[in-house]
Amino acid sequence: MAKQYETVIGLEVHVELATKTKIFCGCSTEFGGAPNTHTCPVCTGMPGSLPVLNKQVVNYALAVGLATNCDITQFCKFDRKNYFYPDNPQNYQISQLYLPICRNGHVDIETPEGRKSIGIHEIHMEEDAGKLIHDEWEDCSLVDYNRSGVPLIEIVSEPDMRSADEVIAYLEKLRMIAQYIGASDCKLNEGSMRADVNLSVREMGAREFGTRTEMKNLNSFKAIMHAIEGERERQIELLEAGEKVIQETRRWDDTKEYSYAMRSKEDAQDYRYFPDPDLVPVYISDEWIDEVKKSLPEFREEKMARYKAEFDIPDYDIGIITDSKHMADIFEETVSICNQPKKVSNWLMGETLRLLKEQDMDAEDIRFSPENLAKLIGLVDSKAINSSVAKEVFEAMFENDIDPEKYVDEKGLRTVNDEGALKKTVEEVIANNPQSVEDYRNGKEKAIGFLVGQTMKAMKGKADPAMVNKMLKELL
Amino acid sequence: MNNIISDETIEYVGILAKLELSEDEKEQAKKDMGSMLDYIDKLNELDTTGIEPMSHVFSVQNVFREDIVTNGDDRENILKNAPAQKDDMFMVPKTFD
Repeated sequence: MAKQYETVIGLEVHVELATKTKIFCGCSTEFGGAPNTHTCPVCTGMPGSLPVLNKQVVNYALAVGLATNCDITQFCKFDRKNYFYPDNPQNYQISQLYLPICRNGHVDIETPEGRKSIGIHEIHMEEDAGKLIHDEWEDCSLVDYNRSGVPLIEIVSEPDMRSADEVIAYLEKLRMIAQYIGASDCKLNEGSMRADVNLSVREMGAREFGTRTEMKNLNSFKAIMHAIEGERERQIELLEAGEKVIQETRRWDDTKEYSYAMRSKEDAQDYRYFPDPDLVPVYISDEWIDEVKKSLPEFREEKMARYKAEFDIPDYDIGIITDSKHMADIFEETVSICNQPKKVSNWLMGETLRLLKEQDMDAEDIRFSPENLAKLIGLVDSKAINSSVAKEVFEAMFENDIDPEKYVDEKGLRTVNDEGALKKTVEEVIANNPQSVEDYRNGKEKAIGFLVGQTMKAMKGKADPAMVNKMLKELL
Repeated sequence: MNNIISDETIEYVGILAKLELSEDEKEQAKKDMGSMLDYIDKLNELDTTGIEPMSHVFSVQNVFREDIVTNGDDRENILKNAPAQKDDMFMVPKTFD
């Protein structure tokens, strides 16, 4: 009988923090600036420049640490990790090895077998590297240091995961925590959340871990799933063939769906860490910890439970709405204005999700304000616009956060409630469609649908179909 | 000298430091490193039981910046530090991940 194997997975997750400035200098962290416009002597590693720690980085790291049940290292400091690479202009990365800010935490994930706790070995603060661009025309590479010095936390898990599904559940959990705190937007495709997967296999029931490999370049959940399946198979094949797994770093190519070894033997990984003498230690007092604890938001599980108790909307809707802190905020603020949870939920679950999907956007990218959504709901409720006009207004609001009231006035989209004007149009329609009128009078109920349609068309959609229907019946 | 640095070690340290040393330089570096390690051995003779490891020479802690953008676009000056540049970026030898 074939041997059964167990996959053992641990994750190193880098999360880019949502600070306005870099970790050690006052340069902007804004994404997408022209090359090297957010740089200074500190983040380009110029001799004699001195780093000064951004306090907000410590606050975010503390918040994530507390939310993941970590012990806080009250006396922590920074170390230098030495290596040569052009995206790292100092030739060392400022990181934390000896006294990382958080240790011994855990988060719970849901699995088909029930709730499972995933251990967090540590969380440390560090700086990001610049971006290397390979020049196709000249035999050189080009470096943009805008990202150099952008603050990161690295969350190192224990090797507690056993499948790709558990990995995804764990990542989703971390994403939720960081997003709810506001510590990061956690977009895998933009690199604000990155995961390195450490994976080994062992025979079912074995006590010792097998030799692990580390996989990099995983920038979507799909890539992570594929890479885990691919690497598991590769390692099992090696073992079945009587060969050994080599401890190495591998790069996943998601288009070709295979991984290859990244570093050569001459390129030794020997980082020679030592305390960074440019930075003084950080002492985190009990008061500071309490302050951050108090500032922690209501997290997703708590929010879901509260929605269930407070609002009459389906569990499915609650799941989707709370899947994004941003969407949950819009929901709650809109409900606090118009007090119509079901209608707010319908707009989010229906048109919002449809447009997000159509335009390949995340819930985090929603731009319309709760005030405007509440106004739109008000317009529909007061029958100032009908439902198909409302959809049109919503699209404009989704694009540019327009004020729905102004928009319907400017575009003249308000339903004509002037009975005189409507009556005139209905009479015209009746006069112009003798056949349908006759059909209706002869008992063909359906013929009225055609007449309603014709009236709506003549009114350019700005009528209440129910009112048109009623008026037609009266006149016939 | 008590600490003898092997040829392999000096080769390895050279790779880590991205330095290419001539045979004479290697011999000199081996001697220098050996005597440095001898000095460390001397320090290790001191009894340090019960003494907390020092993390910084100054007894200062918690020096922070507020999270406020203070630097503007200084690209022109920053790029003056680049040995070569192209498209407003630092030009470096071709490097792969």
